[in-house]
Amino acid sequence: MRLNLTVATRDGTEFVRRVEAESGQKVADCYQCGKCTAGCPVTFAMDLMPHQVVRLLQLGLGDEILESKTIWLCSTCATCTTRCPRNIDLARLMDTLRSTARSAGRTKAGKGIAQFNEVFLDSVRRYGRAHELGIGLRYNLKTGKLFKDSDLARGWFLRGRLKVAVPKIRGVAEIDRIFNEIKRMEGGK
Amino acid sequence: MPRTGVFVCWCGSNIGGVIDCPGIAAQAAGFPAVVHSVDYKYLCSEPGQNMIIQAVREHRLDRVVVASCSPRLHEETFRKVLARAGLNPYLVEMANIREHCTWVHGAEKEQAQAKALALVRRAVAKANRLEPLFESTIPVTKRCLIVGGGIAGIQTALDVADAGHEVVLVEREPTIGGNMVKLDKTFPTLDCSACISTPKMAAVAAHPDIRLYTCAEIEKVTGYIGNFEVTIRRKARYVDHEKCTGCGTCWEKCPMQVPSEFNAGLGQRKAIYIPFPQAVPNKPVIDREHCRYFTTGKCQVCAKLCPAGAVDYEQEDEVFTEKVGALVAATGFQLFNWSRVYGEYGYGRYPDVITGLQFERLVNAAGPTGGKILRPSDGSAPRTVVFIKCVGSRDESKGRSYCSRICCMYTAKHALQVLEKVPGAQVYVFYMDVRTAGKGYEEFYQRAVREGVVYVRGRVSKVYRDGERLVVRGVDTLLGRPVEVDADLVVLATAVEPAAGAGETARLLGINADRDGFFQEAHPKLRPVETHTGGVFLAGACSSPKDIPDTVAQASGAAAKVVGLLSREQLSTNPMIAQVNETLCTGCFLCVPVCPYKALERRKITELLPGHPPREREVAGVNPGLCQGCGACNAVCRAGAVEVRGFTNEQLLAEVDALCL
Repeated sequence: MRLNLTVATRDGTEFVRRVEAESGQKVADCYQCGKCTAGCPVTFAMDLMPHQVVRLLQLGLGDEILESKTIWLCSTCATCTTRCPRNIDLARLMDTLRSTARSAGRTKAGKGIAQFNEVFLDSVRRYGRAHELGIGLRYNLKTGKLFKDSDLARGWFLRGRLKVAVPKIRGVAEIDRIFNEIKRMEGGK
Repeated sequence: MPRTGVFVCWCGSNIGGVIDCPGIAAQAAGFPAVVHSVDYKYLCSEPGQNMIIQAVREHRLDRVVVASCSPRLHEETFRKVLARAGLNPYLVEMANIREHCTWVHGAEKEQAQAKALALVRRAVAKANRLEPLFESTIPVTKRCLIVGGGIAGIQTALDVADAGHEVVLVEREPTIGGNMVKLDKTFPTLDCSACISTPKMAAVAAHPDIRLYTCAEIEKVTGYIGNFEVTIRRKARYVDHEKCTGCGTCWEKCPMQVPSEFNAGLGQRKAIYIPFPQAVPNKPVIDREHCRYFTTGKCQVCAKLCPAGAVDYEQEDEVFTEKVGALVAATGFQLFNWSRVYGEYGYGRYPDVITGLQFERLVNAAGPTGGKILRPSDGSAPRTVVFIKCVGSRDESKGRSYCSRICCMYTAKHALQVLEKVPGAQVYVFYMDVRTAGKGYEEFYQRAVREGVVYVRGRVSKVYRDGERLVVRGVDTLLGRPVEVDADLVVLATAVEPAAGAGETARLLGINADRDGFFQEAHPKLRPVETHTGGVFLAGACSSPKDIPDTVAQASGAAAKVVGLLSREQLSTNPMIAQVNETLCTGCFLCVPVCPYKALERRKITELLPGHPPREREVAGVNPGLCQGCGACNAVCRAGAVEVRGFTNEQLLAEVDALCL
C-alpha cells in the first residue's frame, strides 16, 4: 500500500510529540544506521525491526507501531540503548510505546504479554512480590490455555522453585498506596 | 668507447632481500663498455651518492647506470649527483629493479634475479648510447590572464595582483561574480553570499593591476609557458562605458521585457540592462537579440533619454591581443538541463518544479519575490515543499555518473530556509545518501533534521499534477514501502556540469578535459592546480564540482603557482623534447595534428645541395616552449625524422636488442 507522507505527518505529529515528551527521546536524532536492529536478540520474532519503529515515528505513523508485536516483544535488555551512536534510549522509547498502547486500550497485538503484565503487577500489588504459582495459574485461566507450560511445573515443584504458600511482605499497605498514587497520576484509569 | 659504471642498490631489504645484488654487480661487470660495477645498501643516501662521485673520478666514468627504484622517485637525485661529479646530468640511466622487479616478484626469487639482470643489461645498452643534453632558457612575461570572473577567477586575480603582477581578467557575461553572487546564503555558516562576494568584485574593479574585460571571450592562444599571446574578442555592448554614468534612466524606460538570466528565468529584465544592482562594472549593455531598435529599427528610447549620450548602436566587437606569461582557467560550472531528459519529473512543464538555483533566487531578498518563497505558478506560499537530490548526478542513464558534491549541503540549507520563512511548512527531502564531508557540514545537516525536515531515503520515480498540487511518488527504502507526498513546490538538486563552452576553452588553452568535460589536472592529488600544459593553471569548479571554500582555496593555490612562475626572470626548459632532422623530414606534416601541445609547426628552410641552386622547402619544426616530450610525433613520423632527445630510435632499439637478443 502506498503511504501518503503528507497525511501521515499531519495526523501523526501529535502522537510523536507525546511519545517524545514522555520518553525524553528525540526521534529525529536517529540516522537509521540499523545498529539497534543488528544487536537486538529478539528480532527473530518481531514483525517490525527496532530501527523501523523509530523510522515510523519519524514519519508520524504511530498507528502502525501500536498494531505491531515488536513493542511487546522487546525485553528491555537495552542492548540497543547501550550501542546507539546517537544516544537514543530505544528501550525507554519501547517502554513508552507500550504504556501508550495500554492506556489507549490497544494491546491486541501483544495481548498475552499485556495480560501477563497485568497478572504480574496484580501479584506485586497484593503481596509485595511475585507469587509464581499464583501468577502462572491466573495467567493460564485468563488466556484460556489451562495447561500451558504445566510440564515445567513438576520439575520446579521438586526443586522448590514453585511455592504454594503466599510470601507476603510487611509493607503491603505502602505498596498499595504506591499503586493508587500512580493510578491517580495517570488520571484514575 | 664509453666508460660505463654500474651501481646496484639494495634499497635495504626492498631489493636486497629478494635478489642477490653483489651477483648482479659481478655479472654486469662483463657487459659492453662497463669498466666498474659495484653494489651498495642505499645509493640515494649521502655516502651512496659520494661513492658514485668518487667512482666517476677514479675510473674516469662517462656513463652511469643506477639499478634501484623508479626514475620517478630518484632520477632527479642521480642527475644532480652526476652534475656534482662534473658530468652532464643526462648521462645517467636507471634500471627499475624495485617496482618493476622485487616488489612484484618477491615469491619467485630466481626469476626475479634473471629479470633484474636483464633490466640492468637494457640500461647499460641505453647508457652506452646516451648523449649529453643541455637545458636552454626562455624569458617570462610577468603578466597573467584569467578566463572566467566567478569567485575562482576573482580570488586568483586579487591574489596575483596583490603579489605585484598585472592581471587580465576575461569574463563573457556583462558582470563578474559568476554563480556565487546569485546565491542567497552560503552553508554551513549562512553568511549572505552577496555580502561576502560583492566587496571582492568591487576590489577587482578598483585594483590598479587588474585589467577587467567583460562581455569578452578568448579567441586564440599562441605561444608557450612564460610567453603566451592571447587574442580576445570584446563583444559590442552598444553603450560607451567611458561616457556612461550608470544612472539607470535607460533601463527604467526601456519598453522590452526579457526573462532575466540572473534570476534563472524567474523574473524580468529590460533589453538594455545591468544583470543585478551590484553588478561590476555597474553599467548597462544592450541585448541585441531583444532590443526593439535592433529587431524593428524603431525605438531608440534609451539613446534619446541618456543624459551622457553613451548609447552607441554603431559600436562593434573589438579584437585585440594581450601578452602574458601564465594562463588560468576559471570557467566554473552550470547546472545540468534536467528538463530535456527527466520526463518523470515533467520535462519542465510544471512551473512549480524548479531547480536549486531558481530556489536561491526565490529565497534571495534581492530576487524577483523579494525573498518570499512563492510558487512560480500562482504566487501562493507553498505549505509542503519536496526536495529531490541527485537529479542528473549519479544517474548514468540520464545524466552523469559522478556526485555533484554541493547538493546535499545546499538542499539542507534550502530545507531550513523553508522552515524559517514559511511557518508550519512541511519539508521532505528524497535522497540516496547524505554526503556532508566538510567542516561543520554534518552538524548543519543534523540541524536541519532536528528542526523537522523529513529525510526519506529513496529516489522519486514520478512527479505529476493533481489539480493544484503536485504528487511526488517515491519510496522509503528504510521501511521498504512506496510513499507519496502532496507537494506545493518541488525543488530539484540538478547536477553540476562544466560551463557551456568549456570544451572550446580547453581546446584553445591546449589542456585536456576528462570524460565528463571537467578540465584535467596534472595530478589529481599532488598537482591539482596545474595542467599538463606548462604555464596553464586551473581554479575552481572547472576541474570538478566544488563548493565555495574549496574553490577559493584552489584559486589561491593557482595564484601561488602563477606568482611562482612570474617571479622568475627566465625559465629553463626540459631538454628531453622532440627534435626534427630537417634533412630527413619530407614535409608530410603528419606530426602536426597528432601533437597534443600544438608544439609542431611548419617551417621554411633553404637547402643547399652541391651542384644545385639553393632550394626552399617546408619542414616540421618544434617549439621548445610547448613540447612536453611525449613522443607522439616520433611514433607517427614515417621518415624517422622526428626523435625525442633522450629517447632516440637508436637508444630504444639498443634496449630492445639487449632484452631480446
